Amino acid sequence: MMIELKEINKDYHLGLETVHALRGVDLNIDNNEYVAIMGPSGSGKSTLMNLLGCLDTPSSGLYMLNGSDVSDMDDNALAEIRNREIGFVFQNFNLLPRASALHNVELPLIYNGTPSSKRRDLAEEALTKVGLKDRMHHRPNELSGGQRQRVAVARALVNNPSIILADEPTGNLDTRTGDEIMDLFETLHDNGNTIILVTHEEYIAEHSDRIIRLRDGRVERDEAV
Amino acid sequence: MRMTGTEFGEGVRIAFQALKANRLRSILTTLGILIGVVVVTVIISVIQGLNTYVSGELSALGTDNVYVSQYPWMITSWEEWLKVRNRPKIESRHFEFIKEYTTLAQAVAPEVATRRTVKYRDEDLNNVIIYGTTEDYMVLSDAMPEYGRFFNEAEIHQRRNVCVIGWEVADALYKNKDPIGERIKISGQSFFILGVMEKRGQLFDFSMDNNVMMPYTVFQKVFGKHRSLEIQAKAVSPDAVEDLKSELEELMRRARGLRVSEDNNFNINQQSQLLDTYKSVTQVLWIVLIGIGSIALLVGGIGIMNIMLVSVTERTREIGIRKALGAKRQVILWQFLVESMFISSIGVILGMLISIGFAMIIKQASPIPVDISAWVAFLGIGFTVSIGIFFGLYPASKAAKLDPIEALRYE
Repeated sequence: MMIELKEINKDYHLGLETVHALRGVDLNIDNNEYVAIMGPSGSGKSTLMNLLGCLDTPSSGLYMLNGSDVSDMDDNALAEIRNREIGFVFQNFNLLPRASALHNVELPLIYNGTPSSKRRDLAEEALTKVGLKDRMHHRPNELSGGQRQRVAVARALVNNPSIILADEPTGNLDTRTGDEIMDLFETLHDNGNTIILVTHEEYIAEHSDRIIRLRDGRVERDEAV
Repeated sequence: MRMTGTEFGEGVRIAFQALKANRLRSILTTLGILIGVVVVTVIISVIQGLNTYVSGELSALGTDNVYVSQYPWMITSWEEWLKVRNRPKIESRHFEFIKEYTTLAQAVAPEVATRRTVKYRDEDLNNVIIYGTTEDYMVLSDAMPEYGRFFNEAEIHQRRNVCVIGWEVADALYKNKDPIGERIKISGQSFFILGVMEKRGQLFDFSMDNNVMMPYTVFQKVFGKHRSLEIQAKAVSPDAVEDLKSELEELMRRARGLRVSEDNNFNINQQSQLLDTYKSVTQVLWIVLIGIGSIALLVGGIGIMNIMLVSVTERTREIGIRKALGAKRQVILWQFLVESMFISSIGVILGMLISIGFAMIIKQASPIPVDISAWVAFLGIGFTVSIGIFFGLYPASKAAKLDPIEALRYE
């Protein structure tokens, strides 16, 4: 099992009020699954994504990721797990504006100490996979929205992570380029990657094999497409 | 705290990129540090130079010369003055007694002085210092006649109207003529010139060449006996200075017939006492100056801290991205520390160069030998790197502790 969530609760304290963002979520995701997480705003979708991405830890419950318990890890340990196990794709790309596409893709490798020559090869390889071999030395502001998201996907891939976690990856793209990105995820899935997609759009979620619907911090439905 | 070489290198790379992207801001911050460094370095160097200068000048008084004087050289309070003002004068017989019995002095001479106008034919020269002394003067002041000779014991004993003139007096009154064998008029009396002293230069602003030396016996004959003498003695070796002081004290007490219960009614002075007084008087001033300089550096440091805080806020999102991709706290911390250390280092290097420039100008324009010594340079570098770290640490640790979720959401 790649991901195992047991009785996950996440509370936020806003002043005197306590918000229960997640209330006892149980979830298993297998290797090479293609899962979409859906839900209206306030359903706990973002919170779940942050937990799955090891950007945050649960208030209670157990999170096993690729065999290790990450529910209680400290900041630095989580950083290491994120670097090794997770590839993020964000709605607004989150590329470093002053760095070239190549350097953006190299970043995760920098943080695990890959030597520079190998880093460059791996980054070029990942950019080639997403069809941006000839745009390597361009900065994000010299690329179109679709191309930027491809750079982000290449960055997510480069470290060969256990999961690719995409948060509304088509949210800032027009339908045509959005479809191209979804095709890219399709290919990655076919190549054996595990993909978790967070979206609120039904037609995007339908690209996946399994849709998990959240409501009020609970899993409302969990079904194959 | 573990960090790979790659992470280390990335920190340096980012810092440089950030500095390049905010060029004007970085320059202004650097300027703050630079000014601080220049102020501190120049102040410390001027102080050092001044100390070297003063002790160099004072050593012209002879480091192993001891002076028996009526008063202490430095009277620092009114009370002290009241205590010493009624002391008896030092007279010729005291000098003669000491000269006869001293065993630790290689030379002993009295000195008594006044200022007079000296004349030769139609030329006259004002404010010339007239000294009454003996031939030991040459040993004590480490100066020899350039031409002619000094007066001898016989001439002192016979109170002959003879003298040796300073280099400046010779130059002013005798122009192209050889003064030896000529006469010079002082207070209506005529003196035979035996020699011209070699050029001795200045002690601070005071010329040591604008003078006339004559036997002290003649001096007293011409100008009266009411002036106190000062007895100068040079120790046989530098190690004997302390013993010589005790010996002179003892001899002087005996010459005056002081009882055991009576205090000294004279002072044993030494060049090093002047230096000590100089040091204690100026010390407070130095502390104040260095304090001012340090404030300048502190302001520079606050400038760095301010700019780093702005930099962290501006780059919140970047920090979020880096953290999401696996950058650990220390890597982010390092990234911002490099930036602040770089700013302060550039400030120090440029500041040092400018300080060296200032030092050269001061050296040219004044007699003070101002040099940026190695330890000042090291101190400056160490101090500023510490400032870079100290004032960079808070913003950097603020960046390192950012929550990646919050940071990624930051607009």
